[in-house]
Amino acid sequence: MIRLLFTIIAGVLLGGVVHLVSVLALPRIASQDAYSRLTPMTKLNTVTPLPLAAPGNSPIPFMDPAFAMAICRYDLANGPIKLTVPVSQAYTSVSFYTRNEVAYYAINDRSAGRKVIELDLMTEAQHAELPEDEEITAADRLIIDSPSATGLIVLKALAPEPGLMQQAQASLAASSCKVQTEPPAKQAGSPSAKR
Amino acid sequence: MRLIFITLLALILATVVGLGSTYLTATRGTELGTLTIGAWTARPRIGTAEIDPYSRASIARSGELPVGTGDGIAFSTTTDDRRKPLDGRCDVLVSGVTPAARFWTLTLFDQKGQLVANSLQRYGFTSQEIIRGSDGAFEIRIASRSRAGNWLPTGGIERYALMLRLYDTPVGVATRTQRDAPMPSIATVGCP
Repeated sequence: MIRLLFTIIAGVLLGGVVHLVSVLALPRIASQDAYSRLTPMTKLNTVTPLPLAAPGNSPIPFMDPAFAMAICRYDLANGPIKLTVPVSQAYTSVSFYTRNEVAYYAINDRSAGRKVIELDLMTEAQHAELPEDEEITAADRLIIDSPSATGLIVLKALAPEPGLMQQAQASLAASSCKVQTEPPAKQAGSPSAKR
Repeated sequence: MRLIFITLLALILATVVGLGSTYLTATRGTELGTLTIGAWTARPRIGTAEIDPYSRASIARSGELPVGTGDGIAFSTTTDDRRKPLDGRCDVLVSGVTPAARFWTLTLFDQKGQLVANSLQRYGFTSQEIIRGSDGAFEIRIASRSRAGNWLPTGGIERYALMLRLYDTPVGVATRTQRDAPMPSIATVGCP
Protein backbone atom coordinates (compact mmCIF):
# COMPACT_ATOMS: atom_id res chain seq x y z
CA MET A 1 0.00 0.00 0.00
CA ILE A 2 2.76 2.38 1.02
CA ARG A 3 4.56 1.42 -2.14
CA LEU A 4 1.58 2.46 -4.27
CA LEU A 5 1.28 5.76 -2.43
CA PHE A 6 4.97 6.36 -3.00
CA THR A 7 4.50 5.60 -6.69
CA ILE A 8 1.67 8.12 -6.97
CA ILE A 9 3.66 10.83 -5.22
CA ALA A 10 6.66 10.15 -7.44
CA GLY A 11 4.41 10.23 -10.50
CA VAL A 12 2.89 13.58 -9.57
CA LEU A 13 6.28 15.11 -8.78
CA LEU A 14 7.67 13.89 -12.06
CA GLY A 15 4.52 15.24 -13.70
CA GLY A 16 5.41 18.68 -12.38
CA VAL A 17 8.79 18.42 -14.09
CA VAL A 18 7.12 17.29 -17.34
CA HIS A 19 4.72 20.25 -17.05
CA LEU A 20 7.50 22.82 -16.61
CA VAL A 21 9.58 21.39 -19.44
CA SER A 22 6.63 21.21 -21.82
CA VAL A 23 5.49 24.78 -21.05
CA LEU A 24 8.98 26.07 -21.77
CA ALA A 25 9.32 23.93 -24.89
CA LEU A 26 5.91 24.77 -26.35
CA PRO A 27 6.93 28.08 -28.03
CA ARG A 28 9.76 26.26 -29.81
CA ILE A 29 7.78 23.30 -31.07
CA ALA A 30 4.51 25.07 -31.92
CA SER A 31 3.78 24.77 -35.63
CA GLN A 32 0.72 27.03 -35.74
CA ASP A 33 2.26 30.09 -34.12
CA ALA A 34 1.95 33.49 -35.76
CA TYR A 35 5.38 33.37 -37.43
CA SER A 36 4.63 29.98 -39.02
CA ARG A 37 1.19 31.14 -40.13
CA LEU A 38 2.59 34.28 -41.72
CA THR A 39 5.63 32.68 -43.37
CA PRO A 40 3.81 31.36 -46.48
CA MET A 41 2.06 34.67 -47.13
CA THR A 42 4.94 37.09 -46.56
CA LYS A 43 8.21 37.78 -48.32
CA LEU A 44 11.48 38.03 -46.45
CA ASN A 45 12.76 41.55 -45.71
CA THR A 46 9.92 43.20 -47.62
CA VAL A 47 6.72 44.84 -46.45
CA THR A 48 3.79 42.57 -47.31
CA PRO A 49 0.27 43.88 -46.73
CA LEU A 50 -1.94 41.45 -44.85
CA PRO A 51 -5.44 40.74 -46.11
CA LEU A 52 -8.10 42.37 -43.95
CA ALA A 53 -9.56 40.32 -41.15
CA ALA A 54 -12.64 38.54 -42.49
CA PRO A 55 -15.11 36.24 -40.74
CA GLY A 56 -13.64 32.77 -40.36
CA ASN A 57 -10.66 33.70 -42.50
CA SER A 58 -8.34 36.00 -40.57
CA PRO A 59 -4.64 35.28 -41.14
CA ILE A 60 -4.05 35.29 -37.38
CA PRO A 61 -6.61 35.01 -34.57
CA PHE A 62 -7.83 38.05 -32.60
CA MET A 63 -6.81 40.49 -35.36
CA ASP A 64 -8.24 43.96 -34.91
CA PRO A 65 -10.52 44.56 -37.94
CA ALA A 66 -10.21 48.34 -37.56
CA PHE A 67 -6.57 48.22 -38.61
CA ALA A 68 -4.79 47.87 -41.90
CA MET A 69 -1.79 45.67 -41.26
CA ALA A 70 1.43 44.87 -43.03
CA ILE A 71 4.22 42.51 -42.06
CA CYS A 72 7.93 42.67 -42.61
CA ARG A 73 9.37 39.26 -41.84
CA TYR A 74 13.03 39.95 -41.27
CA ASP A 75 16.30 38.13 -41.24
CA LEU A 76 19.26 40.16 -40.07
CA ALA A 77 21.90 37.71 -41.32
CA ASN A 78 22.76 39.93 -44.31
CA GLY A 79 22.94 43.17 -42.36
CA PRO A 80 20.77 45.62 -40.45
CA ILE A 81 17.34 46.57 -41.69
CA LYS A 82 16.13 50.06 -42.32
CA LEU A 83 12.44 50.59 -41.78
CA THR A 84 10.47 53.65 -42.84
CA VAL A 85 6.77 53.96 -42.20
CA PRO A 86 4.89 57.11 -43.15
CA VAL A 87 2.41 58.12 -40.48
CA SER A 88 -1.25 57.80 -41.43
CA GLN A 89 -3.89 60.32 -40.46
CA ALA A 90 -5.30 58.59 -37.41
CA TYR A 91 -2.86 56.27 -35.69
CA THR A 92 0.12 54.26 -36.82
CA SER A 93 2.23 51.86 -34.83
CA VAL A 94 5.15 49.55 -35.42
CA SER A 95 5.65 46.47 -33.22
CA PHE A 96 8.63 44.13 -33.22
CA TYR A 97 8.39 40.44 -32.42
CA THR A 98 11.08 37.79 -32.11
CA ARG A 99 10.84 34.50 -33.94
CA ASN A 100 8.90 33.18 -30.93
CA GLU A 101 6.46 36.12 -30.82
CA VAL A 102 7.94 37.99 -27.89
CA ALA A 103 6.93 41.62 -28.41
CA TYR A 104 10.22 43.25 -27.50
CA TYR A 105 9.54 46.74 -28.81
CA ALA A 106 6.63 48.82 -30.03
CA ILE A 107 6.36 52.46 -30.96
CA ASN A 108 3.48 54.62 -32.16
CA ASP A 109 3.39 57.70 -34.34
CA ARG A 110 3.19 60.13 -31.42
CA SER A 111 6.17 58.73 -29.54
CA ALA A 112 8.11 58.71 -32.80
CA GLY A 113 7.21 62.38 -33.10
CA ARG A 114 7.61 62.74 -36.85
CA LYS A 115 5.73 62.35 -40.08
CA VAL A 116 7.74 59.27 -40.88
CA ILE A 117 8.75 56.58 -38.39
CA GLU A 118 12.35 55.69 -39.22
CA LEU A 119 14.11 52.87 -37.47
CA ASP A 120 17.24 50.78 -37.85
CA LEU A 121 16.90 47.22 -36.70
CA MET A 122 20.04 45.23 -36.00
CA THR A 123 21.33 42.45 -33.82
CA GLU A 124 23.36 43.37 -30.75
CA ALA A 125 26.54 42.22 -32.52
CA GLN A 126 25.84 44.52 -35.48
CA HIS A 127 25.10 47.38 -33.11
CA ALA A 128 28.42 46.83 -31.36
CA GLU A 129 30.21 47.03 -34.71
CA LEU A 130 28.90 50.53 -35.38
CA PRO A 131 31.80 53.03 -35.23
CA GLU A 132 31.87 55.13 -32.06
CA ASP A 133 31.40 58.56 -33.61
CA GLU A 134 28.34 57.43 -35.45
CA GLU A 135 26.67 56.70 -32.17
CA ILE A 136 26.34 60.45 -31.76
CA THR A 137 24.66 61.04 -35.09
CA ALA A 138 22.67 57.94 -34.32
CA ALA A 139 20.90 59.90 -31.59
CA ASP A 140 18.90 61.34 -34.42
CA ARG A 141 17.78 57.94 -35.59
CA LEU A 142 16.31 55.15 -33.59
CA ILE A 143 18.33 51.96 -33.37
CA ILE A 144 16.51 48.87 -32.16
CA ASP A 145 18.40 45.80 -31.00
CA SER A 146 16.72 42.58 -32.02
CA PRO A 147 17.20 39.73 -29.54
CA SER A 148 16.88 37.19 -32.39
CA ALA A 149 18.21 37.25 -35.94
CA THR A 150 14.76 36.58 -37.39
CA GLY A 151 11.36 37.89 -36.43
CA LEU A 152 8.38 39.93 -37.43
CA ILE A 153 7.76 43.65 -37.73
CA VAL A 154 4.06 44.45 -37.68
CA LEU A 155 2.98 47.76 -39.15
CA LYS A 156 -0.52 48.91 -38.27
CA ALA A 157 -2.57 51.88 -39.40
CA LEU A 158 -5.94 52.59 -37.87
CA ALA A 159 -9.04 53.23 -39.96
CA PRO A 160 -11.27 55.00 -37.39
CA GLU A 161 -14.23 54.51 -39.72
CA PRO A 162 -14.63 51.74 -42.32
CA GLY A 163 -14.49 54.36 -45.12
CA LEU A 164 -10.96 55.30 -44.14
CA MET A 165 -9.57 51.80 -44.56
CA GLN A 166 -8.25 52.46 -48.09
CA GLN A 167 -6.38 55.49 -46.85
CA ALA A 168 -4.83 53.48 -44.02
CA GLN A 169 -3.80 50.74 -46.45
CA ALA A 170 -2.32 53.29 -48.82
CA SER A 171 -0.16 54.81 -46.10
CA LEU A 172 1.20 51.38 -45.20
CA ALA A 173 1.84 50.62 -48.85
CA ALA A 174 4.26 53.54 -48.90
CA SER A 175 6.38 52.05 -46.12
CA SER A 176 9.56 50.13 -46.75
CA CYS A 177 11.74 47.62 -44.99
CA LYS A 178 15.02 46.66 -46.55
CA VAL A 179 18.47 45.34 -45.78
CA GLN A 180 21.14 48.00 -45.60
CA THR A 181 23.97 46.85 -47.77
CA GLU A 182 26.13 49.92 -47.26
CA PRO A 183 27.19 50.97 -43.75
CA PRO A 184 24.32 52.72 -41.99
CA ALA A 185 26.63 55.64 -41.20
CA LYS A 186 26.11 57.20 -44.64
CA GLN A 187 22.41 57.43 -44.28
CA ALA A 188 22.72 59.16 -40.95
CA GLY A 189 24.02 62.20 -42.77
CA SER A 190 21.20 62.34 -45.27
CA PRO A 191 18.78 65.24 -44.91
CA SER A 192 15.84 62.95 -44.22
CA ALA A 193 17.36 61.87 -40.94
CA LYS A 194 17.85 65.42 -39.71
CA ARG A 195 15.23 67.40 -37.93
CA MET B 1 7.86 -7.71 -12.19
CA ARG B 2 6.33 -5.58 -9.48
CA LEU B 3 9.07 -2.98 -9.81
CA ILE B 4 8.48 -2.64 -13.54
CA PHE B 5 4.79 -2.22 -12.99
CA ILE B 6 5.29 0.46 -10.36
CA THR B 7 7.83 2.38 -12.44
CA LEU B 8 5.54 2.23 -15.45
CA LEU B 9 2.63 3.49 -13.37
CA ALA B 10 4.70 6.42 -12.07
CA LEU B 11 5.83 7.36 -15.59
CA ILE B 12 2.32 7.18 -17.05
CA LEU B 13 1.02 9.27 -14.18
CA ALA B 14 3.80 11.82 -14.74
CA THR B 15 2.97 12.09 -18.44
CA VAL B 16 -0.75 12.52 -17.86
CA VAL B 17 -0.33 15.05 -15.04
CA GLY B 18 2.42 17.00 -16.80
CA LEU B 19 0.98 17.25 -20.29
CA GLY B 20 -2.58 17.62 -18.99
CA SER B 21 -1.71 20.60 -16.85
CA THR B 22 0.28 22.13 -19.71
CA TYR B 23 -2.68 21.75 -22.03
CA LEU B 24 -4.99 23.36 -19.48
CA THR B 25 -2.74 26.34 -18.82
CA ALA B 26 -2.05 26.86 -22.54
CA THR B 27 -5.73 26.85 -23.50
CA ARG B 28 -7.39 28.47 -20.50
CA GLY B 29 -4.52 30.65 -19.38
CA THR B 30 -3.32 31.33 -15.86
CA GLU B 31 -3.91 34.04 -13.31
CA LEU B 32 -0.25 34.92 -13.49
CA GLY B 33 0.29 38.67 -13.90
CA THR B 34 -3.27 39.43 -14.93
CA LEU B 35 -5.07 42.71 -14.37
CA THR B 36 -8.78 42.19 -13.78
CA ILE B 37 -11.22 45.09 -13.76
CA GLY B 38 -14.88 44.09 -13.63
CA ALA B 39 -15.30 41.30 -16.12
CA TRP B 40 -12.30 42.45 -18.15
CA THR B 41 -8.90 40.82 -17.97
CA ALA B 42 -5.63 42.08 -19.41
CA ARG B 43 -2.07 40.86 -19.25
CA PRO B 44 0.06 43.98 -19.13
CA ARG B 45 3.32 42.06 -19.49
CA ILE B 46 2.25 40.08 -22.53
CA GLY B 47 3.46 42.88 -24.82
CA THR B 48 6.91 43.15 -23.27
CA ALA B 49 10.10 41.10 -23.22
CA GLU B 50 9.22 40.12 -19.62
CA ILE B 51 6.32 37.94 -20.77
CA ASP B 52 5.76 34.92 -18.51
CA PRO B 53 6.30 31.36 -19.86
CA TYR B 54 2.61 30.48 -19.59
CA SER B 55 1.56 33.42 -21.76
CA ARG B 56 4.29 32.53 -24.25
CA ALA B 57 2.98 28.99 -24.44
CA SER B 58 -0.61 30.11 -24.95
CA ILE B 59 0.39 32.61 -27.65
CA ALA B 60 2.43 29.98 -29.47
CA ARG B 61 -0.53 27.64 -29.35
CA SER B 62 -3.21 30.10 -30.49
CA GLY B 63 -1.06 31.86 -33.10
CA GLU B 64 -1.98 35.38 -32.07
CA LEU B 65 0.34 38.37 -31.88
CA PRO B 66 0.01 40.22 -28.57
CA VAL B 67 -0.31 44.00 -28.62
CA GLY B 68 3.08 45.52 -27.82
CA THR B 69 3.23 47.70 -24.73
CA GLY B 70 4.36 50.80 -26.63
CA ASP B 71 1.33 50.32 -28.84
CA GLY B 72 -1.46 49.60 -26.38
CA ILE B 73 -3.14 47.01 -24.19
CA ALA B 74 -5.87 44.45 -24.82
CA PHE B 75 -8.64 43.65 -22.34
CA SER B 76 -10.80 40.65 -23.05
CA THR B 77 -13.73 38.86 -21.50
CA THR B 78 -15.98 35.90 -22.16
CA THR B 79 -18.44 36.69 -19.36
CA ASP B 80 -20.56 39.59 -18.16
CA ASP B 81 -20.07 41.34 -14.80
CA ARG B 82 -21.96 38.57 -13.02
CA ARG B 83 -19.68 35.88 -14.50
CA LYS B 84 -22.45 34.64 -16.79
CA PRO B 85 -20.93 33.49 -20.11
CA LEU B 86 -21.65 35.88 -22.98
CA ASP B 87 -24.44 34.38 -25.07
CA GLY B 88 -24.99 35.55 -28.65
CA ARG B 89 -28.70 34.88 -28.46
CA CYS B 90 -29.14 37.27 -25.53
CA ASP B 91 -29.08 41.06 -25.41
CA VAL B 92 -25.89 42.28 -23.76
CA LEU B 93 -25.34 45.89 -22.83
CA VAL B 94 -21.82 47.29 -22.64
CA SER B 95 -21.98 50.74 -21.12
CA GLY B 96 -19.90 53.36 -19.40
CA VAL B 97 -16.60 54.98 -20.17
CA THR B 98 -13.16 53.70 -21.13
CA PRO B 99 -9.75 54.51 -19.65
CA ALA B 100 -7.73 57.34 -21.14
CA ALA B 101 -6.45 56.35 -24.56
CA ARG B 102 -6.00 58.03 -27.90
CA PHE B 103 -8.10 55.38 -29.62
CA TRP B 104 -9.86 52.23 -28.59
CA THR B 105 -11.59 49.45 -30.47
CA LEU B 106 -14.15 46.95 -29.21
CA THR B 107 -14.34 43.74 -31.23
CA LEU B 108 -16.46 40.62 -31.03
CA PHE B 109 -14.74 37.30 -31.71
CA ASP B 110 -15.85 33.71 -31.67
CA GLN B 111 -14.00 31.36 -29.34
CA LYS B 112 -11.28 30.70 -31.90
CA GLY B 113 -10.51 34.39 -32.32
CA GLN B 114 -12.25 34.76 -35.68
CA LEU B 115 -14.73 37.47 -36.60
CA VAL B 116 -18.39 36.56 -36.76
CA ALA B 117 -20.10 36.99 -40.14
CA ASN B 118 -23.07 39.37 -40.34
CA SER B 119 -24.87 41.25 -43.09
CA LEU B 120 -23.75 44.68 -41.82
CA GLN B 121 -20.09 43.64 -41.89
CA ARG B 122 -19.81 45.18 -38.46
CA TYR B 123 -17.35 43.35 -36.26
CA GLY B 124 -16.78 46.01 -33.64
CA PHE B 125 -16.62 49.71 -32.91
CA THR B 126 -13.80 52.20 -32.79
CA SER B 127 -13.81 55.13 -30.38
CA GLN B 128 -14.44 57.41 -33.34
CA GLU B 129 -17.59 55.84 -34.71
CA ILE B 130 -19.42 55.28 -31.47
CA ILE B 131 -22.48 57.38 -30.58
CA ARG B 132 -22.11 58.85 -27.11
CA GLY B 133 -24.44 60.51 -24.64
CA SER B 134 -23.96 64.13 -23.57
CA ASP B 135 -21.84 62.97 -20.62
CA GLY B 136 -19.41 61.12 -22.88
CA ALA B 137 -20.61 57.69 -21.81
CA PHE B 138 -21.72 55.19 -24.42
CA GLU B 139 -23.98 52.19 -24.64
CA ILE B 140 -23.37 49.31 -27.00
CA ARG B 141 -26.07 46.72 -27.51
CA ILE B 142 -24.80 43.30 -28.49
CA ALA B 143 -27.63 41.21 -29.88
CA SER B 144 -28.44 38.92 -32.76
CA ARG B 145 -31.33 41.10 -34.06
CA SER B 146 -30.95 44.76 -34.94
CA ARG B 147 -31.16 47.33 -32.16
CA ALA B 148 -31.24 51.11 -32.11
CA GLY B 149 -28.05 53.04 -31.39
CA ASN B 150 -24.72 51.23 -31.24
CA TRP B 151 -25.70 47.75 -32.30
CA LEU B 152 -23.08 45.04 -32.49
CA PRO B 153 -24.45 41.89 -34.17
CA THR B 154 -23.57 38.47 -32.77
CA GLY B 155 -24.79 36.35 -35.66
CA GLY B 156 -26.61 34.30 -33.05
CA ILE B 157 -23.56 32.26 -32.02
CA GLU B 158 -23.71 30.68 -28.61
CA ARG B 159 -20.46 31.83 -27.02
CA TYR B 160 -18.32 34.78 -27.92
CA ALA B 161 -15.52 36.92 -26.54
CA LEU B 162 -15.22 40.68 -26.41
CA MET B 163 -11.91 42.44 -26.76
CA LEU B 164 -11.39 46.07 -25.85
CA ARG B 165 -8.06 47.35 -27.09
CA LEU B 166 -6.70 50.68 -25.92
CA TYR B 167 -4.10 52.31 -28.14
CA ASP B 168 -1.55 54.85 -26.93
CA THR B 169 -2.67 54.67 -23.34
CA PRO B 170 -1.13 55.11 -19.88
CA VAL B 171 -2.89 51.91 -18.77
CA GLY B 172 -0.33 49.17 -18.36
CA VAL B 173 1.93 47.43 -15.89
CA ALA B 174 1.36 50.11 -13.21
CA THR B 175 -2.44 49.93 -13.42
CA ARG B 176 -4.11 48.18 -10.50
CA THR B 177 -7.74 49.20 -9.99
CA GLN B 178 -10.90 50.50 -11.52
CA ARG B 179 -9.96 54.01 -10.44
CA ASP B 180 -6.89 54.01 -12.70
CA ALA B 181 -8.79 52.42 -15.55
CA PRO B 182 -12.58 52.80 -15.55
CA MET B 183 -13.78 49.94 -17.73
CA PRO B 184 -17.28 49.73 -19.17
CA SER B 185 -19.73 47.44 -17.43
CA ILE B 186 -21.22 44.41 -19.16
CA ALA B 187 -24.74 43.24 -18.35
CA THR B 188 -26.96 40.60 -19.89
CA VAL B 189 -30.31 42.39 -20.09
CA GLY B 190 -32.52 39.79 -21.64
CA CYS B 191 -32.58 36.38 -23.18
CA PRO B 192 -35.27 35.15 -25.54
